[in-house]
Amino acid sequence: MMNRLFEKGRMKYIFALLVFAIGQLLVVTGYLNDYLFSTLTTLCINIILAVSLNLITGFTGQFSLGHAGFMSIGGYVCALISMRIPTVPGFLLGVLTGALAAAFVGFIVGLPTLRLKGDYLAIATLGMAEIIRIIFLNLKITNGAAGLNGIPQFVDWMWLSLFTFSSIILISNFIRSAHGRACVSIREDEIAAESIGIHATKYKVTAFVIGAFFAGIAGGLYASYFYFLRPTLFGFSRSIDILVIVVLGGIGSLSGSVIAAILLALISTYLQAFPELRMVFYAVALVVIMIVRPQGLMGSKELSLDLLKGFGRKRQRGGS
Amino acid sequence: MNKVLDVRKLSKSFGGLAAVTAVNLHLNKGELVGLIGPNGAGKTTCFNLLTGIYEPDKGSISLHRDGQEYSLEKRKPHEICRLGVGRTFQNIRLFRDLTVLDNVRTAMNRTVKYGLFSALFHIGSYHREERELIEKSMELLKIFELDGKALELAKNLPYGEQRHLEIARALATEPALLLLDEPAAGMNPAETAQLTRTIEWIRKRFDLTILLIEHDMSLVMKICERVYVLDYGMLIAEGTPEVIKNNPRVVKAYLGEVAYA
Ligand SMILES: Nc1ncnc2c1ncn2[C@@H]1O[C@H](COP(=O)(O)OP(=O)(O)OP(=O)(O)O)[C@@H](O)[C@H]1O
Ligand SMILES: [Mg+2]
Repeated sequence: MMNRLFEKGRMKYIFALLVFAIGQLLVVTGYLNDYLFSTLTTLCINIILAVSLNLITGFTGQFSLGHAGFMSIGGYVCALISMRIPTVPGFLLGVLTGALAAAFVGFIVGLPTLRLKGDYLAIATLGMAEIIRIIFLNLKITNGAAGLNGIPQFVDWMWLSLFTFSSIILISNFIRSAHGRACVSIREDEIAAESIGIHATKYKVTAFVIGAFFAGIAGGLYASYFYFLRPTLFGFSRSIDILVIVVLGGIGSLSGSVIAAILLALISTYLQAFPELRMVFYAVALVVIMIVRPQGLMGSKELSLDLLKGFGRKRQRGGS
Repeated sequence: MNKVLDVRKLSKSFGGLAAVTAVNLHLNKGELVGLIGPNGAGKTTCFNLLTGIYEPDKGSISLHRDGQEYSLEKRKPHEICRLGVGRTFQNIRLFRDLTVLDNVRTAMNRTVKYGLFSALFHIGSYHREERELIEKSMELLKIFELDGKALELAKNLPYGEQRHLEIARALATEPALLLLDEPAAGMNPAETAQLTRTIEWIRKRFDLTILLIEHDMSLVMKICERVYVLDYGMLIAEGTPEVIKNNPRVVKAYLGEVAYA
Protein backbone atom coordinates (compact mmCIF):
# COMPACT_ATOMS: atom_id res chain seq x y z
CA MET A 1 0.00 0.00 0.00
CA MET A 2 2.62 2.53 1.03
CA ASN A 3 4.62 1.96 -2.09
CA ARG A 4 1.55 2.37 -4.19
CA LEU A 5 0.74 5.66 -2.49
CA PHE A 6 4.23 7.00 -2.77
CA GLU A 7 5.39 7.79 -6.25
CA LYS A 8 8.99 8.22 -7.18
CA GLY A 9 8.22 9.29 -10.72
CA ARG A 10 11.52 8.78 -12.51
CA MET A 11 9.69 7.64 -15.64
CA LYS A 12 9.10 11.21 -16.76
CA TYR A 13 12.83 11.90 -17.08
CA ILE A 14 13.32 8.78 -19.18
CA PHE A 15 10.34 9.76 -21.31
CA ALA A 16 11.68 13.30 -21.79
CA LEU A 17 15.08 11.96 -22.85
CA LEU A 18 13.43 9.60 -25.30
CA VAL A 19 11.40 12.35 -26.94
CA PHE A 20 14.51 14.54 -27.11
CA ALA A 21 16.53 11.74 -28.74
CA ILE A 22 13.84 11.02 -31.34
CA GLY A 23 13.51 14.72 -32.15
CA GLN A 24 17.28 15.11 -32.39
CA LEU A 25 17.42 12.16 -34.76
CA LEU A 26 14.77 13.74 -36.98
CA VAL A 27 16.68 17.05 -36.97
CA VAL A 28 20.03 15.45 -37.80
CA THR A 29 18.59 13.27 -40.57
CA GLY A 30 16.81 16.31 -42.02
CA TYR A 31 13.28 14.96 -41.75
CA LEU A 32 12.33 17.97 -39.71
CA ASN A 33 12.35 20.73 -42.34
CA ASP A 34 12.02 24.42 -41.53
CA TYR A 35 8.26 24.40 -41.88
CA LEU A 36 7.80 21.44 -39.54
CA PHE A 37 10.26 22.88 -37.08
CA SER A 38 8.37 26.16 -36.93
CA THR A 39 5.16 24.22 -36.27
CA LEU A 40 6.95 22.28 -33.57
CA THR A 41 8.20 25.50 -32.00
CA THR A 42 4.71 26.97 -31.92
CA LEU A 43 3.48 23.72 -30.40
CA CYS A 44 6.10 23.72 -27.64
CA ILE A 45 5.43 27.39 -26.85
CA ASN A 46 1.70 26.64 -26.66
CA ILE A 47 2.36 23.69 -24.37
CA ILE A 48 4.35 25.87 -21.97
CA LEU A 49 1.67 28.55 -22.03
CA ALA A 50 -1.19 26.09 -21.52
CA VAL A 51 0.50 24.13 -18.76
CA SER A 52 1.35 27.32 -16.87
CA LEU A 53 -2.16 28.75 -17.30
CA ASN A 54 -3.57 25.43 -16.14
CA LEU A 55 -1.66 25.83 -12.88
CA ILE A 56 -3.43 29.16 -12.31
CA THR A 57 -6.88 28.40 -13.72
CA GLY A 58 -7.20 24.63 -13.66
CA PHE A 59 -5.43 23.72 -10.44
CA THR A 60 -5.82 26.83 -8.30
CA GLY A 61 -9.20 27.80 -9.75
CA GLN A 62 -8.31 31.42 -10.52
CA PHE A 63 -9.80 32.45 -13.83
CA SER A 64 -7.15 34.49 -15.66
CA LEU A 65 -7.46 36.12 -19.05
CA GLY A 66 -4.11 37.84 -18.99
CA HIS A 67 -1.62 35.15 -19.88
CA ALA A 68 -0.56 36.84 -23.13
CA GLY A 69 0.53 39.82 -21.03
CA PHE A 70 3.07 37.73 -19.13
CA MET A 71 4.21 36.13 -22.36
CA SER A 72 4.87 39.53 -23.91
CA ILE A 73 6.97 40.66 -20.96
CA GLY A 74 9.15 37.56 -21.30
CA GLY A 75 9.37 38.13 -25.05
CA TYR A 76 10.37 41.79 -24.97
CA VAL A 77 12.84 41.44 -22.12
CA CYS A 78 14.49 38.45 -23.79
CA ALA A 79 14.62 40.31 -27.13
CA LEU A 80 16.15 43.45 -25.63
CA ILE A 81 18.82 41.50 -23.77
CA SER A 82 19.76 39.09 -26.53
CA MET A 83 19.93 41.92 -29.10
CA ARG A 84 22.60 43.53 -26.92
CA ILE A 85 24.33 40.25 -26.07
CA PRO A 86 23.83 38.16 -29.22
CA THR A 87 25.34 34.96 -27.86
CA VAL A 88 23.90 31.78 -26.37
CA PRO A 89 24.60 32.95 -22.80
CA GLY A 90 22.93 36.25 -23.73
CA PHE A 91 19.88 34.34 -25.02
CA LEU A 92 19.67 32.25 -21.85
CA LEU A 93 20.12 35.34 -19.70
CA GLY A 94 17.35 36.97 -21.72
CA VAL A 95 14.91 34.07 -21.32
CA LEU A 96 15.50 33.83 -17.58
CA THR A 97 15.41 37.58 -16.96
CA GLY A 98 12.24 37.82 -19.04
CA ALA A 99 10.64 35.05 -17.01
CA LEU A 100 11.66 36.72 -13.76
CA ALA A 101 10.28 40.05 -14.97
CA ALA A 102 6.98 38.37 -15.86
CA ALA A 103 6.91 36.69 -12.44
CA PHE A 104 7.59 40.04 -10.76
CA VAL A 105 4.73 41.71 -12.62
CA GLY A 106 2.59 38.67 -11.73
CA PHE A 107 3.35 39.30 -8.08
CA ILE A 108 2.57 43.04 -8.25
CA VAL A 109 -0.65 42.44 -10.16
CA GLY A 110 -1.67 39.29 -8.29
CA LEU A 111 -1.47 40.69 -4.80
CA PRO A 112 -4.42 43.08 -5.16
CA THR A 113 -6.43 41.28 -7.87
CA LEU A 114 -6.40 37.73 -6.52
CA ARG A 115 -8.70 38.85 -3.73
CA LEU A 116 -11.32 39.17 -6.45
CA LYS A 117 -13.41 36.19 -7.39
CA GLY A 118 -14.44 34.59 -10.68
CA ASP A 119 -15.59 37.05 -13.31
CA TYR A 120 -14.07 40.04 -11.54
CA LEU A 121 -10.64 38.43 -11.56
CA ALA A 122 -11.04 37.58 -15.25
CA ILE A 123 -11.79 41.23 -16.06
CA ALA A 124 -8.94 42.49 -13.90
CA THR A 125 -6.38 40.17 -15.54
CA LEU A 126 -7.73 41.09 -18.96
CA GLY A 127 -7.21 44.75 -18.08
CA MET A 128 -3.70 44.02 -16.89
CA ALA A 129 -2.73 42.37 -20.18
CA GLU A 130 -4.14 45.34 -22.10
CA ILE A 131 -2.16 47.80 -19.99
CA ILE A 132 1.03 45.81 -20.59
CA ARG A 133 0.34 45.79 -24.32
CA ILE A 134 -0.27 49.54 -24.37
CA ILE A 135 2.94 50.15 -22.44
CA PHE A 136 4.92 48.19 -25.04
CA LEU A 137 3.09 50.09 -27.75
CA ASN A 138 4.26 53.41 -26.33
CA LEU A 139 7.74 52.67 -25.06
CA LYS A 140 10.67 53.94 -27.12
CA ILE A 141 12.92 51.05 -26.23
CA THR A 142 10.42 48.50 -27.62
CA ASN A 143 9.99 50.55 -30.79
CA GLY A 144 6.24 51.09 -30.39
CA ALA A 145 3.82 49.67 -32.92
CA ALA A 146 6.56 48.74 -35.38
CA GLY A 147 8.06 46.44 -32.77
CA LEU A 148 11.48 44.83 -32.60
CA ASN A 149 13.13 43.23 -35.62
CA GLY A 150 16.20 41.09 -36.05
CA ILE A 151 16.17 39.41 -32.67
CA PRO A 152 19.02 36.88 -32.72
CA GLN A 153 17.78 33.31 -33.26
CA PHE A 154 19.07 30.73 -30.84
CA VAL A 155 16.13 28.37 -30.47
CA ASP A 156 17.06 24.91 -31.69
CA TRP A 157 15.58 21.55 -30.75
CA MET A 158 17.85 21.19 -27.76
CA TRP A 159 16.79 24.46 -26.10
CA LEU A 160 13.19 24.04 -27.18
CA SER A 161 12.84 20.56 -25.68
CA LEU A 162 14.85 21.51 -22.61
CA PHE A 163 12.61 24.46 -21.77
CA THR A 164 9.40 22.63 -22.64
CA PHE A 165 10.15 19.54 -20.59
CA SER A 166 11.50 21.58 -17.68
CA SER A 167 8.31 23.63 -17.62
CA ILE A 168 6.08 20.57 -17.64
CA ILE A 169 8.12 18.69 -15.08
CA LEU A 170 8.57 21.60 -12.67
CA ILE A 171 4.90 22.53 -12.74
CA SER A 172 3.89 18.90 -12.36
CA ASN A 173 6.33 18.55 -9.45
CA PHE A 174 4.87 21.63 -7.82
CA ILE A 175 1.35 20.27 -8.10
CA ARG A 176 2.44 17.02 -6.47
CA SER A 177 3.83 18.79 -3.44
CA ALA A 178 2.27 20.11 -0.26
CA HIS A 179 2.28 23.60 -1.78
CA GLY A 180 0.54 22.39 -4.91
CA ARG A 181 -2.07 20.51 -2.90
CA ALA A 182 -2.77 23.72 -0.99
CA CYS A 183 -3.50 25.43 -4.34
CA VAL A 184 -5.81 22.62 -5.44
CA SER A 185 -7.70 22.72 -2.14
CA ILE A 186 -8.43 26.41 -2.76
CA ARG A 187 -9.98 25.52 -6.09
CA GLU A 188 -12.07 22.84 -4.39
CA ASP A 189 -13.39 25.00 -1.56
CA GLU A 190 -11.68 28.17 -0.44
CA ILE A 191 -13.49 28.44 2.90
CA ALA A 192 -12.72 24.83 3.79
CA ALA A 193 -9.09 25.37 2.74
CA GLU A 194 -8.80 28.39 5.04
CA SER A 195 -10.41 26.39 7.83
CA ILE A 196 -7.58 23.85 7.68
CA GLY A 197 -4.97 26.56 7.92
CA ILE A 198 -4.24 27.32 4.27
CA HIS A 199 -3.42 30.94 3.56
CA ALA A 200 -5.51 31.22 0.41
CA THR A 201 -4.17 34.57 -0.83
CA LYS A 202 -0.56 33.46 -0.39
CA TYR A 203 -1.04 30.30 -2.43
CA LYS A 204 -3.09 32.02 -5.13
CA VAL A 205 -0.29 34.55 -5.57
CA THR A 206 2.29 31.74 -5.58
CA ALA A 207 0.48 29.89 -8.36
CA PHE A 208 0.00 33.13 -10.29
CA VAL A 209 3.70 34.02 -10.02
CA ILE A 210 4.87 30.57 -11.08
CA GLY A 211 2.40 30.61 -13.97
CA ALA A 212 3.62 34.06 -15.04
CA PHE A 213 7.24 32.90 -14.85
CA PHE A 214 6.68 30.07 -17.31
CA ALA A 215 4.56 32.26 -19.60
CA GLY A 216 7.61 34.55 -19.62
CA ILE A 217 9.80 31.62 -20.72
CA ALA A 218 7.38 30.92 -23.55
CA GLY A 219 7.58 34.58 -24.59
CA GLY A 220 11.38 34.46 -24.62
CA LEU A 221 11.39 31.38 -26.85
CA TYR A 222 8.87 33.05 -29.14
CA ALA A 223 11.00 36.19 -29.48
CA SER A 224 14.14 34.25 -30.20
CA TYR A 225 12.62 31.86 -32.71
CA PHE A 226 10.37 34.20 -34.70
CA TYR A 227 12.94 37.04 -34.39
CA PHE A 228 10.43 39.87 -34.42
CA LEU A 229 7.91 41.18 -31.89
CA ARG A 230 4.95 43.53 -32.17
CA PRO A 231 2.46 44.49 -29.43
CA THR A 232 -0.43 43.21 -31.58
CA LEU A 233 0.92 39.67 -31.20
CA PHE A 234 -0.06 39.71 -27.55
CA GLY A 235 -3.65 40.85 -27.66
CA PHE A 236 -6.75 39.44 -26.04
CA SER A 237 -7.11 36.72 -28.67
CA ARG A 238 -3.83 35.08 -27.69
CA SER A 239 -4.95 34.81 -24.06
CA ILE A 240 -8.14 33.21 -25.31
CA ASP A 241 -6.19 30.78 -27.53
CA ILE A 242 -4.26 29.59 -24.48
CA LEU A 243 -7.43 29.28 -22.44
CA VAL A 244 -8.99 27.21 -25.23
CA ILE A 245 -6.14 24.69 -25.01
CA VAL A 246 -6.54 24.45 -21.22
CA VAL A 247 -10.31 23.99 -21.33
CA LEU A 248 -10.10 21.57 -24.22
CA GLY A 249 -7.48 19.41 -22.52
CA GLY A 250 -9.25 19.45 -19.20
CA ILE A 251 -9.22 21.95 -16.37
CA GLY A 252 -6.74 20.52 -13.90
CA SER A 253 -4.95 18.04 -16.14
CA LEU A 254 -1.42 18.80 -17.32
CA SER A 255 -1.30 15.88 -19.72
CA GLY A 256 -4.65 17.12 -21.04
CA SER A 257 -3.09 20.50 -21.84
CA VAL A 258 -0.21 18.82 -23.67
CA ILE A 259 -2.52 16.54 -25.64
CA ALA A 260 -4.88 19.38 -26.55
CA ALA A 261 -1.98 21.55 -27.73
CA ILE A 262 -0.74 18.71 -29.95
CA LEU A 263 -4.23 18.04 -31.27
CA LEU A 264 -4.86 21.67 -32.15
CA ALA A 265 -1.45 21.91 -33.81
CA LEU A 266 -2.30 18.88 -35.93
CA ILE A 267 -5.71 20.23 -36.86
CA SER A 268 -4.39 23.61 -37.91
CA THR A 269 -1.46 22.06 -39.81
CA TYR A 270 -3.75 19.81 -41.81
CA LEU A 271 -6.09 22.70 -42.49
CA GLN A 272 -3.17 24.77 -43.79
CA ALA A 273 -4.13 23.65 -47.30
CA PHE A 274 -7.56 25.30 -47.02
CA PRO A 275 -6.77 28.76 -45.69
CA GLU A 276 -10.26 30.16 -46.25
CA LEU A 277 -11.95 27.28 -44.37
CA ARG A 278 -9.31 26.89 -41.70
CA MET A 279 -10.81 29.01 -38.96
CA VAL A 280 -14.26 27.60 -39.62
CA PHE A 281 -13.10 24.01 -39.26
CA TYR A 282 -11.06 24.90 -36.24
CA ALA A 283 -14.09 26.44 -34.56
CA VAL A 284 -16.33 23.54 -35.51
CA ALA A 285 -13.79 21.06 -34.12
CA LEU A 286 -13.77 22.97 -30.83
CA VAL A 287 -17.54 23.01 -30.58
CA VAL A 288 -17.78 19.30 -31.35
CA ILE A 289 -15.15 18.35 -28.78
CA MET A 290 -16.81 20.48 -26.12
CA ILE A 291 -20.21 18.94 -26.80
CA VAL A 292 -18.88 15.40 -26.73
CA ARG A 293 -16.57 15.94 -23.77
CA PRO A 294 -17.60 19.02 -21.79
CA GLN A 295 -15.06 18.22 -19.08
CA GLY A 296 -12.25 18.41 -21.63
CA LEU A 297 -10.33 15.58 -23.24
CA MET A 298 -8.78 14.39 -19.99
CA GLY A 299 -11.18 15.79 -17.40
CA SER A 300 -9.01 16.22 -14.34
CA LYS A 301 -7.22 12.90 -14.83
CA GLU A 302 -3.59 12.54 -15.74
CA LEU A 303 -2.10 10.27 -18.30
CA SER A 304 0.25 8.34 -16.07
CA LEU A 305 3.61 7.27 -17.41
CA ASP A 306 3.55 4.50 -14.83
CA LEU A 307 1.15 2.77 -17.15
CA LEU A 308 4.22 1.89 -19.16
CA LYS A 309 5.62 0.04 -16.16
CA GLY A 310 2.74 -2.31 -15.66
CA PHE A 311 -0.39 -2.60 -17.67
CA GLY A 312 -3.64 -3.38 -15.96
CA ARG A 313 -2.73 -1.53 -12.81
CA LYS A 314 -5.24 1.23 -13.23
CA ARG A 315 -4.88 4.27 -11.13
CA GLN A 316 -6.68 7.49 -10.53
CA ARG A 317 -4.77 10.49 -9.46
CA GLY A 318 -7.36 13.24 -9.48
CA GLY A 319 -5.94 16.71 -9.20
CA SER A 320 -2.90 15.92 -7.18
CA MET B 1 -10.29 25.31 36.00
CA ASN B 2 -8.32 26.65 33.09
CA LYS B 3 -10.31 28.02 30.26
CA VAL B 4 -9.47 27.21 26.66
CA LEU B 5 -11.99 29.54 25.09
CA ASP B 6 -13.59 32.62 26.56
CA VAL B 7 -16.23 34.46 24.53
CA ARG B 8 -17.72 37.71 25.80
CA LYS B 9 -20.65 39.74 24.54
CA LEU B 10 -20.30 38.36 21.04
CA SER B 11 -22.67 40.02 18.57
CA LYS B 12 -23.26 39.85 14.86
CA SER B 13 -26.08 41.13 12.72
CA PHE B 14 -26.78 40.76 9.01
CA GLY B 15 -28.51 43.88 7.80
CA GLY B 16 -31.32 44.30 10.28
CA LEU B 17 -31.22 40.72 11.51
CA ALA B 18 -29.49 40.18 14.85
CA ALA B 19 -28.14 36.66 14.30
CA VAL B 20 -26.06 36.56 17.49
CA THR B 21 -26.58 38.96 20.38
CA ALA B 22 -24.27 39.43 23.36
CA VAL B 23 -23.35 35.79 23.73
CA ASN B 24 -21.06 34.82 26.61
CA LEU B 25 -19.62 31.37 26.70
CA HIS B 26 -16.51 29.57 27.80
CA LEU B 27 -14.97 26.15 27.52
CA ASN B 28 -12.72 24.57 30.12
CA LYS B 29 -9.87 22.37 29.10
CA GLY B 30 -11.03 18.90 28.12
CA GLU B 31 -14.72 19.71 28.26
CA LEU B 32 -17.30 18.54 25.77
CA VAL B 33 -19.96 21.21 25.56
CA GLY B 34 -23.14 21.31 23.51
CA LEU B 35 -24.59 24.31 21.71
CA ILE B 36 -28.27 23.81 20.91
CA GLY B 37 -31.23 25.86 19.80
CA PRO B 38 -33.98 25.87 17.21
CA ASN B 39 -33.36 26.43 13.50
CA GLY B 40 -31.99 29.86 12.77
CA ALA B 41 -31.01 30.44 16.41
CA GLY B 42 -27.50 31.56 15.43
CA LYS B 43 -25.46 28.46 16.24
CA THR B 44 -23.61 28.21 12.94
CA THR B 45 -23.09 31.96 12.97
CA CYS B 46 -21.34 31.55 16.33
CA PHE B 47 -18.98 28.99 14.76
CA ASN B 48 -18.34 31.30 11.83
CA LEU B 49 -17.46 34.09 14.23
CA LEU B 50 -15.19 31.84 16.27
CA THR B 51 -13.32 30.67 13.17
CA GLY B 52 -12.94 34.07 11.52
CA ILE B 53 -15.28 33.50 8.60
CA TYR B 54 -17.29 36.48 9.86
CA GLU B 55 -15.89 39.37 11.82
CA PRO B 56 -17.90 40.10 14.98
CA ASP B 57 -19.66 43.45 15.28
CA LYS B 58 -18.94 43.51 18.97
CA GLY B 59 -17.44 41.35 21.67
CA SER B 60 -14.26 39.42 22.29
CA ILE B 61 -13.07 35.90 21.70
CA SER B 62 -9.98 34.74 23.50
CA LEU B 63 -8.19 31.48 23.10
CA HIS B 64 -5.82 30.19 25.76
CA ARG B 65 -3.14 27.81 24.73
CA ASP B 66 0.20 26.88 26.25
CA GLY B 67 -0.07 29.68 28.79
CA GLN B 68 -0.62 32.29 26.06
CA GLU B 69 -3.76 34.26 25.37
CA TYR B 70 -4.76 35.03 21.79
CA SER B 71 -7.65 37.23 20.77
CA LEU B 72 -9.37 35.83 17.70
CA GLU B 73 -11.76 38.62 16.67
CA LYS B 74 -9.58 40.21 14.02
CA ARG B 75 -7.88 37.11 12.71
CA LYS B 76 -8.22 35.33 9.39
CA PRO B 77 -9.61 31.77 9.33
CA HIS B 78 -6.23 30.21 8.48
CA GLU B 79 -4.56 31.98 11.40
CA ILE B 80 -7.25 30.78 13.78
CA CYS B 81 -6.76 27.25 12.52
CA ARG B 82 -3.05 27.54 13.09
CA LEU B 83 -3.69 28.67 16.65
CA GLY B 84 -5.41 25.35 17.26
CA VAL B 85 -9.08 25.65 16.37
CA GLY B 86 -10.41 22.97 14.01
CA ARG B 87 -13.94 22.72 12.70
CA THR B 88 -16.40 20.86 10.53
CA PHE B 89 -19.28 22.33 8.55
CA GLN B 90 -23.02 21.77 8.81
CA ASN B 91 -23.28 21.21 5.05
CA ILE B 92 -20.16 19.10 4.54
CA ARG B 93 -17.36 20.99 2.81
CA LEU B 94 -14.90 18.34 1.73
CA PHE B 95 -12.55 18.74 -1.20
CA ARG B 96 -14.90 16.65 -3.27
CA ASP B 97 -12.75 15.94 -6.29
CA LEU B 98 -9.70 15.01 -4.23
CA THR B 99 -8.95 11.63 -2.76
CA VAL B 100 -9.69 10.77 0.84
CA LEU B 101 -5.93 10.74 1.43
CA ASP B 102 -5.45 14.20 -0.11
CA ASN B 103 -8.24 15.67 1.99
CA VAL B 104 -6.40 14.70 5.16
CA ARG B 105 -2.89 15.20 3.83
CA THR B 106 -3.61 18.79 2.77
CA ALA B 107 -4.76 19.56 6.30
CA MET B 108 -1.29 18.58 7.56
CA ASN B 109 0.42 21.24 5.47
CA ARG B 110 1.37 23.22 8.51
CA THR B 111 3.92 20.56 9.48
CA VAL B 112 5.63 20.68 6.10
CA LYS B 113 9.04 22.31 6.25
CA TYR B 114 10.30 22.07 2.69
CA GLY B 115 9.99 25.23 0.63
CA LEU B 116 9.00 26.19 -2.86
CA PHE B 117 12.33 25.22 -4.36
CA SER B 118 12.18 21.67 -3.00
CA ALA B 119 8.58 21.46 -4.19
CA LEU B 120 9.56 22.40 -7.75
CA PHE B 121 12.58 20.12 -7.99
CA HIS B 122 11.53 17.35 -5.59
CA ILE B 123 14.81 17.64 -3.77
CA GLY B 124 15.92 18.22 -0.20
CA SER B 125 13.56 16.80 2.38
CA TYR B 126 10.70 16.51 -0.14
CA HIS B 127 10.66 12.72 -0.41
CA ARG B 128 11.12 12.09 3.29
CA GLU B 129 8.47 14.58 4.36
CA GLU B 130 5.98 13.37 1.76
CA ARG B 131 6.39 9.82 3.01
CA GLU B 132 5.85 10.97 6.58
CA LEU B 133 2.73 12.88 5.53
CA ILE B 134 1.27 9.77 3.94
CA GLU B 135 2.11 7.66 6.97
CA LYS B 136 0.54 10.15 9.37
CA SER B 137 -2.54 10.54 7.17
CA MET B 138 -3.05 6.80 6.92
CA GLU B 139 -2.75 6.46 10.69
CA LEU B 140 -5.45 9.08 11.15
CA LEU B 141 -7.68 7.53 8.49
CA LYS B 142 -7.39 4.19 10.26
CA ILE B 143 -9.12 5.65 13.31
CA PHE B 144 -12.12 6.41 11.12
CA GLU B 145 -11.84 3.13 9.23
CA LEU B 146 -11.22 5.06 6.06
CA ASP B 147 -7.71 3.80 5.35
CA GLY B 148 -9.05 1.21 2.94
CA LYS B 149 -10.60 3.99 0.87
CA ALA B 150 -7.60 6.31 0.82
CA LEU B 151 -7.50 6.58 -2.96
CA GLU B 152 -11.22 7.04 -3.50
CA LEU B 153 -12.56 10.47 -4.31
CA ALA B 154 -14.23 12.14 -1.34
CA LYS B 155 -17.42 12.74 -3.29
CA ASN B 156 -17.85 9.00 -3.83
CA LEU B 157 -18.00 8.17 -0.12
CA PRO B 158 -21.36 7.47 1.50
CA TYR B 159 -22.75 10.36 3.50
CA GLY B 160 -21.81 9.03 6.94
CA GLU B 161 -18.23 8.48 5.88
CA GLN B 162 -18.02 11.96 4.45
CA ARG B 163 -18.93 13.30 7.88
CA HIS B 164 -16.22 11.13 9.41
CA LEU B 165 -13.69 12.26 6.84
CA GLU B 166 -14.44 15.88 7.60
CA ILE B 167 -13.71 15.24 11.28
CA ALA B 168 -10.50 13.44 10.32
CA ARG B 169 -9.49 16.40 8.18
CA ALA B 170 -10.10 18.81 11.06
CA LEU B 171 -8.03 16.58 13.38
CA ALA B 172 -5.19 16.56 10.89
CA THR B 173 -4.61 20.23 11.69
CA GLU B 174 -3.80 19.16 15.27
CA PRO B 175 -6.39 21.34 17.01
CA ALA B 176 -6.70 21.88 20.75
CA LEU B 177 -10.28 22.98 20.31
CA LEU B 178 -12.64 21.22 17.93
CA LEU B 179 -15.93 22.72 16.73
CA LEU B 180 -18.40 20.22 15.29
CA ASP B 181 -21.44 21.58 13.46
CA GLU B 182 -24.20 18.96 13.52
CA PRO B 183 -21.93 15.95 12.97
CA ALA B 184 -24.84 13.51 13.23
CA ALA B 185 -27.13 15.32 10.79
CA GLY B 186 -28.55 12.88 8.29
CA MET B 187 -27.26 9.80 10.11
CA ASN B 188 -29.37 6.86 11.19
CA PRO B 189 -29.42 5.80 14.89
CA ALA B 190 -26.74 3.14 14.37
CA GLU B 191 -24.44 5.59 12.61
CA THR B 192 -25.11 8.17 15.32
CA ALA B 193 -24.18 5.69 18.01
CA GLN B 194 -20.98 4.89 16.17
CA LEU B 195 -20.21 8.60 15.79
CA THR B 196 -20.84 9.15 19.50
CA ARG B 197 -18.24 6.53 20.36
CA THR B 198 -15.79 8.01 17.88
CA ILE B 199 -16.16 11.51 19.32
CA GLU B 200 -15.56 10.28 22.84
CA TRP B 201 -12.57 8.27 21.68
CA ILE B 202 -10.83 11.05 19.74
CA ARG B 203 -11.50 13.43 22.59
CA LYS B 204 -9.35 11.30 24.90
CA ARG B 205 -6.84 10.27 22.28
CA PHE B 206 -6.10 13.81 21.09
CA ASP B 207 -6.73 15.57 24.38
CA LEU B 208 -9.42 17.76 22.83
CA THR B 209 -11.83 20.35 24.04
CA ILE B 210 -15.00 20.09 21.97
CA LEU B 211 -17.92 22.40 21.24
CA LEU B 212 -20.72 20.60 19.49
CA ILE B 213 -23.80 21.86 17.71
CA GLU B 214 -26.40 19.14 17.47
CA HIS B 215 -30.08 18.66 16.93
CA ASP B 216 -29.99 15.01 17.96
CA MET B 217 -30.89 15.34 21.64
CA SER B 218 -29.96 11.77 22.51
CA LEU B 219 -26.40 12.50 21.45
CA VAL B 220 -26.25 15.81 23.29
CA MET B 221 -27.74 14.42 26.49
CA LYS B 222 -25.43 11.44 26.38
CA ILE B 223 -22.03 12.99 25.87
CA CYS B 224 -22.17 16.70 26.69
CA GLU B 225 -21.06 17.82 30.13
CA ARG B 226 -22.60 21.22 29.77
CA VAL B 227 -25.03 22.71 27.30
CA TYR B 228 -25.67 26.25 26.06
CA VAL B 229 -29.05 27.04 24.57
CA LEU B 230 -29.47 29.76 21.95
CA ASP B 231 -32.75 31.23 20.79
CA TYR B 232 -33.06 34.15 18.40
CA GLY B 233 -29.33 34.80 18.80
CA MET B 234 -29.48 35.05 22.58
CA LEU B 235 -28.35 32.61 25.25
CA ILE B 236 -31.41 31.56 27.17
CA ALA B 237 -29.93 28.85 29.35
CA GLU B 238 -26.74 27.14 30.39
CA GLY B 239 -26.05 24.09 32.49
CA THR B 240 -25.80 20.32 32.68
CA PRO B 241 -28.04 18.35 30.34
CA GLU B 242 -30.25 17.45 33.33
CA VAL B 243 -30.81 21.06 34.27
CA ILE B 244 -31.35 22.14 30.66
CA LYS B 245 -33.88 19.39 30.08
CA ASN B 246 -36.06 20.74 32.86
CA ASN B 247 -35.64 24.45 32.19
CA PRO B 248 -39.10 25.78 31.23
CA ARG B 249 -37.72 28.43 28.84
CA VAL B 250 -35.73 25.82 26.98
CA VAL B 251 -38.66 23.47 26.80
CA LYS B 252 -40.78 26.28 25.43
CA ALA B 253 -38.24 27.53 22.91
CA TYR B 254 -36.80 24.31 21.72
CA LEU B 255 -37.49 20.94 23.20
CA GLY B 256 -41.20 21.45 22.81
CA GLU B 257 -41.00 21.59 19.06
CA VAL B 258 -38.54 18.77 18.47
CA ALA B 259 -39.38 15.15 18.99
CA TYR B 260 -37.46 14.48 22.16
CA ALA B 261 -35.74 11.13 22.37
N1 LIG C 1 -24.29 35.24 5.66
C1 LIG C 1 -25.51 35.54 6.12
N2 LIG C 1 -26.21 36.57 5.60
C2 LIG C 1 -27.45 36.88 6.06
N3 LIG C 1 -28.07 36.22 7.03
C3 LIG C 1 -27.44 35.18 7.60
C4 LIG C 1 -26.13 34.77 7.17
N4 LIG C 1 -25.75 33.71 7.91
C5 LIG C 1 -26.78 33.45 8.73
N5 LIG C 1 -27.78 34.32 8.56
C6 LIG C 1 -29.05 34.36 9.32
O1 LIG C 1 -28.73 34.36 10.68
C7 LIG C 1 -29.66 33.55 11.42
C8 LIG C 1 -28.91 32.51 12.17
O2 LIG C 1 -28.42 31.54 11.25
P1 LIG C 1 -27.55 30.30 11.67
O3 LIG C 1 -27.15 29.63 10.43
O4 LIG C 1 -26.48 30.74 12.57
O5 LIG C 1 -28.61 29.42 12.46
P2 LIG C 1 -28.43 27.98 13.11
O6 LIG C 1 -28.70 28.12 14.54
O7 LIG C 1 -27.14 27.39 12.73
O8 LIG C 1 -29.64 27.20 12.42
P3 LIG C 1 -29.73 25.69 11.90
O9 LIG C 1 -30.10 24.86 13.07
O10 LIG C 1 -30.83 25.75 10.90
O11 LIG C 1 -28.43 25.34 11.32
C9 LIG C 1 -30.63 33.00 10.40
O12 LIG C 1 -31.79 33.81 10.41
C10 LIG C 1 -29.91 33.13 9.11
O13 LIG C 1 -30.80 33.30 8.03
MG1 LIG D 1 -26.53 25.83 11.57
